[in-house]
Amino acid sequence: MKVTGPWKNLVILATAALALLLPAAAGAGETIKIGVAGAQSGDLASYGLPTVNAAKLVVDEVNARGGIQGKKVELLIEDDMCKPEHAINTATKLVSQGVDVVIGHICSGATKAALPIYREAGVTVISPSATSPELTQSGQYPNFFRTIASDDRQAQPEVEYVVNVLAAKKVAVIHDKGDYGKGLAEIARKLVQDSGKAEVVLFEGVTPGAVDYSAIVQKIKQSQADAVIFGGYHPEASKIVSMMRKKRMNTAFVSDDGVKDNTFIKVAGTDAEGVYATGPRDNSGNPLAQAAHAAHKKAYNTDPGAFYESAYAAVLALVNAMEKGGSTDMAVLGKALRTEKVDTPVGTIHFDDKGDAVGVGFAMYQVREGKFVEVK
Amino acid sequence: MVSRCPKQEPLALVQALVFGNKPVIPVEPSALRRYFMDYFFELFCSGLTRGAIYAMIALGYTMVYGIIGLINFAHGEIYMIGAFTSFLVATVLSIYGFPLAAIVVVTGISAAIWSSAYGYTVEKIAYKPLRHAPRLTPLISAIGMSILLQNYVLLAQTSDFLPFPKLIPEFAFMEPVAHIIGSSDLVILATTTLSMLLLTLFIKFTRLGKAMRATAQDKTMALLVGINVDRVISATFIVGSLLAAIGGLLIASHIGQINFAIGFIAGIKAFTAAVLGGIGSIPGAVLGSLILGLTESFATGYVSSDYEDVFAFSLLVLILIFKPSGLLGRADTGKV
Repeated sequence: MKVTGPWKNLVILATAALALLLPAAAGAGETIKIGVAGAQSGDLASYGLPTVNAAKLVVDEVNARGGIQGKKVELLIEDDMCKPEHAINTATKLVSQGVDVVIGHICSGATKAALPIYREAGVTVISPSATSPELTQSGQYPNFFRTIASDDRQAQPEVEYVVNVLAAKKVAVIHDKGDYGKGLAEIARKLVQDSGKAEVVLFEGVTPGAVDYSAIVQKIKQSQADAVIFGGYHPEASKIVSMMRKKRMNTAFVSDDGVKDNTFIKVAGTDAEGVYATGPRDNSGNPLAQAAHAAHKKAYNTDPGAFYESAYAAVLALVNAMEKGGSTDMAVLGKALRTEKVDTPVGTIHFDDKGDAVGVGFAMYQVREGKFVEVK
Repeated sequence: MVSRCPKQEPLALVQALVFGNKPVIPVEPSALRRYFMDYFFELFCSGLTRGAIYAMIALGYTMVYGIIGLINFAHGEIYMIGAFTSFLVATVLSIYGFPLAAIVVVTGISAAIWSSAYGYTVEKIAYKPLRHAPRLTPLISAIGMSILLQNYVLLAQTSDFLPFPKLIPEFAFMEPVAHIIGSSDLVILATTTLSMLLLTLFIKFTRLGKAMRATAQDKTMALLVGINVDRVISATFIVGSLLAAIGGLLIASHIGQINFAIGFIAGIKAFTAAVLGGIGSIPGAVLGSLILGLTESFATGYVSSDYEDVFAFSLLVLILIFKPSGLLGRADTGKV
């Protein structure tokens, strides 16, 4: 076939374009792609954005010292708004872009939805914040690790505090019907019953986003509970606490790291005073944590938000495992994560067989004069 | 817990059978009285407040439906915009140290004007061009408007929850009953009652109100006798949005927090209440809202808040089976 006239130029152009594409495709194999997935917009954006910043800071540092075994690291940042249905799309998109490892997701429900997709693709995932116990304990996800303690380890200090320090005899356990909140509430209920020191007088879920929680607050009052354990996030917690204070109830309110967020104090205002919440242990004495905070301050001129330290630790652990293991293969990387100890802002950690970090834990905080203060 | 008092057995048994919960009903007679009398009254008050909150929004749904037969799904968003406007105005005014009463009045007026402007514009952009389209078309347009407004506020303002200033003070005379019913509950109840009365008077006795009723009965006929139907429809949207804005101000102050998504659930619940009471009927919207609020409150109090929505929507289904046009709705015979 003879190509003539204007078509000739077009064929030459097309050939040239194809030739240009080839080196680009070859070049893609030279970088290590780290996906960062989590809520970056929506209600819970404040939980996900610090992780993005942590990943950027660590990766910039790694690239500045020459990358991992000579390969540059590239970030692929995707938003899942903490919604399981979005998380599936996010995971599929990351896998189709050839991601090697993923930092995320942020919320337990979204993480659970995304994990099977990563597992099929052989992608290792480290979450800085998904605390649902079944993610590791079900044994279904050998590719999953986390740098935050799971809910059962979080429920434990909650219940111990309520039963031993507050000496509550009757406990009301309330949750938001979500994976995270309900899971935590169920563990707390079991721990209270097993303790033998207190009884659970109420165990109920509230609908997130409802206009008014006065009925459930009346019910808490009716149950004559000495303490409320709430499993869920800060928007519901602040509404319930405000309503309790409005009804002149001084019942202790104990919650989790979904509430230990400065937005909670900002929204609940003076009603937040005295509320207890568990959160990752205070690492401000750790020099690596101080360095991580200083780096954030320098790069963004603000203080980092929720899960920043555990996200920083997740990226460091991942980079360390890739360097020591020499591969991004799921099995090799998994082995390196389990055996190689790494110094991070949350302490020196490695991972157990199930994927939970050894060396991290929770502490109890209380709101005092508009700040979360660690209580012993 | 083994129950000793025969009176409590049926309820406790049902609770244990259906929900597997340990019966929470007390045994001693005095506690029993407290359980059935005081607790009942407390739940009743909670339900009334909740119902009054729904009613402020449901009135707008029902008015628009009564006039043009459209379910205005963007109405929840108008309420949200009212709350956001209130937030911005109230925050600015409190920075300048205005007295609380002045803040409330100025905030209320500006929220009402701003929301009405939105309501008016939404009607002109999304519904008026579709006036003669099939019924489903403006419905989809309404859903589109709702998504648009939500995302507009998300982008223009923030995705975070914002602390809403306490615009309703804690009245000293309410202190003895504050554990049952708060000052903001009282204000919401009073405002809803007043709004419904004024609205009824407005519809019954003013020229514009009469024109509204005429348009609701027969649009073509109203046009023939010289009523400017377009203007009447605009006025309906303005009045509905105004109520939603005042609702937004009061409810946000009651809850103490706002974000861009608050209009969705509130809107769905208010819409349900309007259908329950008979959509198109103003007393029906209030009645439906109160019934919905009370049902939810009692379901939470005596059964479990897990089943709150189950009870509310089962009631809706039951009422619609026996009275398809809602409690106070007119039967739509359909025009031939």
